[in-house]
Amino acid sequence: MEQIIILPIIIPLFFAVVMLLFWNKVHLHKYLNLISGLTSLIVSVIILSFTISYKIISLQVGGWVAPFGITVVSDLLSSVMVVITAIIGFSTALYSIGTIDNQREKYLYYPLLQFLLMGINGAFLTGDVFNLYVWFEVMLISSFVLLALGGRRGQLEGAIKYVTLNLLSSAIFLAAVGILYGIAGTLNIADLARKIPLIDQKELLSVVSILFMVAFGIKAAVFPLFFWLPASYHTPPVAVSAIFSGLLTKVGVYALIRFFTMIFTHDIGFTHTILLVSSALTMLTGVLGAAAQNDFRKILSFHIISQIGYMILGLALFSPLAIAGAIFYIIHHIIVKTNLFFVSGVVKRLKGSYLLNEVGGVYKYYPMLGLLFLIPALSLAGIPPLSGFWAKFVVIKAGLDLNQYLVVAVALIVGLLTLFSMTKIWNEVFWKDDPSGDNKNVNEMYESLTTTKKFMMYSPIVFLALITIIIGFYAEPFFTIANDAATQLLDSSLYINSVLGLK
Amino acid sequence: MTVVLAVIVGLLYGAGTYMILRRSLVKVIIGLIFLGHAANLLIFTIGRLIKGSPAFIPVGAETLSEPYADPLPQALILTAIVISFGVTAFAIVLFKRAYQTVGTDDLDKMKSTDELK
Amino acid sequence: MFSVILSTASKYLLPLLLIFSFFLLLRGHNEPGGGFVGGLVAAAAYALYFIGNGVGEAEKLLKVEPIKLIAVGLLIALLSTIPSLFVGKDFMTGIWLKNNFPVVGKVGTPLLFDVGVYLLVLGISLKIIFSLAEEDK
Repeated sequence: MEQIIILPIIIPLFFAVVMLLFWNKVHLHKYLNLISGLTSLIVSVIILSFTISYKIISLQVGGWVAPFGITVVSDLLSSVMVVITAIIGFSTALYSIGTIDNQREKYLYYPLLQFLLMGINGAFLTGDVFNLYVWFEVMLISSFVLLALGGRRGQLEGAIKYVTLNLLSSAIFLAAVGILYGIAGTLNIADLARKIPLIDQKELLSVVSILFMVAFGIKAAVFPLFFWLPASYHTPPVAVSAIFSGLLTKVGVYALIRFFTMIFTHDIGFTHTILLVSSALTMLTGVLGAAAQNDFRKILSFHIISQIGYMILGLALFSPLAIAGAIFYIIHHIIVKTNLFFVSGVVKRLKGSYLLNEVGGVYKYYPMLGLLFLIPALSLAGIPPLSGFWAKFVVIKAGLDLNQYLVVAVALIVGLLTLFSMTKIWNEVFWKDDPSGDNKNVNEMYESLTTTKKFMMYSPIVFLALITIIIGFYAEPFFTIANDAATQLLDSSLYINSVLGLK
Repeated sequence: MTVVLAVIVGLLYGAGTYMILRRSLVKVIIGLIFLGHAANLLIFTIGRLIKGSPAFIPVGAETLSEPYADPLPQALILTAIVISFGVTAFAIVLFKRAYQTVGTDDLDKMKSTDELK
Repeated sequence: MFSVILSTASKYLLPLLLIFSFFLLLRGHNEPGGGFVGGLVAAAAYALYFIGNGVGEAEKLLKVEPIKLIAVGLLIALLSTIPSLFVGKDFMTGIWLKNNFPVVGKVGTPLLFDVGVYLLVLGISLKIIFSLAEEDK
């Protein structure tokens, strides 16, 4: 039974290989991609249900006993992340059919998407620090190519910044892995969780923890390491931006949560204070950066940063409720943010531009699209009863419980400014009259799209909006899962026993 | 020997940091390569330098004969080298393409994506 | 720049280097060598041939697209992970056949995996080399 947890890594690999074997039959790729997304979704839900009933499932690849072999572990946090990855993978598969052009398909867009999903799932499921590095690299290489595919000037400039800073982060990560191995003599996360508390060299541990914090901080776009994100995320096609904005930074956040709850808890006063300060600054800079922008996707990119701040805030507060809040926040954020990017893509198809002052009047002619925008946008700003309200509520409640009034105030102000940004987009894109007069500006490209393509563009938006509404009105089970996941992280004995086979 | 390697690691980090702060694309790539090498050498040094035999149990014996070299750092470095081989190759292709498209290798001139419109 | 010496020499070196790469591949399980090094040596052999004779000749000699090599390599590596599941062992556990084969030696799923890696590395290296060379034309 435990063999099933390798499947979220194997399924994308298998489909990528099949696509590469038939690399010149491009029209088949999108259907293979869709089948892969659907299979992954089913398998990941099965894994989640197994994980809920059996607590933690671990698999020793190749039969080598932990901590010597390669371990794959699915605890609640991992399996929840894998389910969300599958949801986003499936929605992106649908959306790509509607939007991705022939040229990109020819340059192996779909296999790269599968490799990206393989890397993300691998990073979530691995139980070993060095394998985390390897999966990060798998994910990065595919994301590099996806970002640069198409080769327009903006894309290449964005890609250079993205590639350079991510390679820098990988080099730091690698050095940190080496030093950690030198200190602890092991790289298995369960073994580390057991051995780190027994180590005397607390100062050296703090140095390593900061190295990891910087490496993951770059990937998660935490203040002051976020500059690559707004420089690159608005350049590739929308399907790519959407999957990046939903998943890639969250892998960094996931790694931060995993490391700073299970491994580096030797000096919370030091490490988590740094996280707390940087989370407040991340929220503020992100939201202020967004307020200055005039490009639909750039506003959304800056909001990724400000939202990352809330997740890091949950981690930094370091109480069971706060970490549960952070996990709940990730679940909510991935779905909402991906959806907003999808909407921005449809607006671009309609009006031919991402710039707010060039578009307008969408609500007049496409009122349903306005509604579909409002659901994720208001959820992002934290308007009850949508999912974002509960996510913010839990994190802020945890902050109030710990008497951290300053960061709570920052979080509330940032929520308000998020609403300001979303209202700005609403006013400019949907509400105001079209600057070019009547609805003439509607892109003929859009009108000429077949109904199937339009359906493929709208269906993921409706799908993700439905999930947002379900999380909003029926938050209890989602919060229970987040809470149980946080409990598993803070009391790692279950994880250690499962991986190392101690009973 | 450890001290010599430590100094080399330090030099590589210094040179790498200096190079990635330069404005030319080629120098940035060289800097990234240096940083990767520095990390590999760091792992190698941390894995403790001993004149040991490979960590194989000889035929007929039950345990390893001392001294033996820790195989894990070598495995880590090998994997890291393979990965950096792929990533560097991609980065070179990308930077070359960017140079051809933008027409300059000066990073200061590549900021069209950061401008407010 | 065309050099007769390099062009002629590379024609004779190519088969030699390819045989050497197979040798590295097969001895790789317990001694230095393996799929990765073997694949690199094979790619270097083709690279030498292409420097001597031009990209067109090298691609003609290879006969298959590098992408096909990548796909087949990945597929073989993926297939090598399956047999262990049928024996009821953990995913990717090495399964060895009992008897030794001439030339090849012991045969098992790790060797299959190495063959996959060999093809994959060969394919990727050639893909990189060819695409860099074609841009220069």
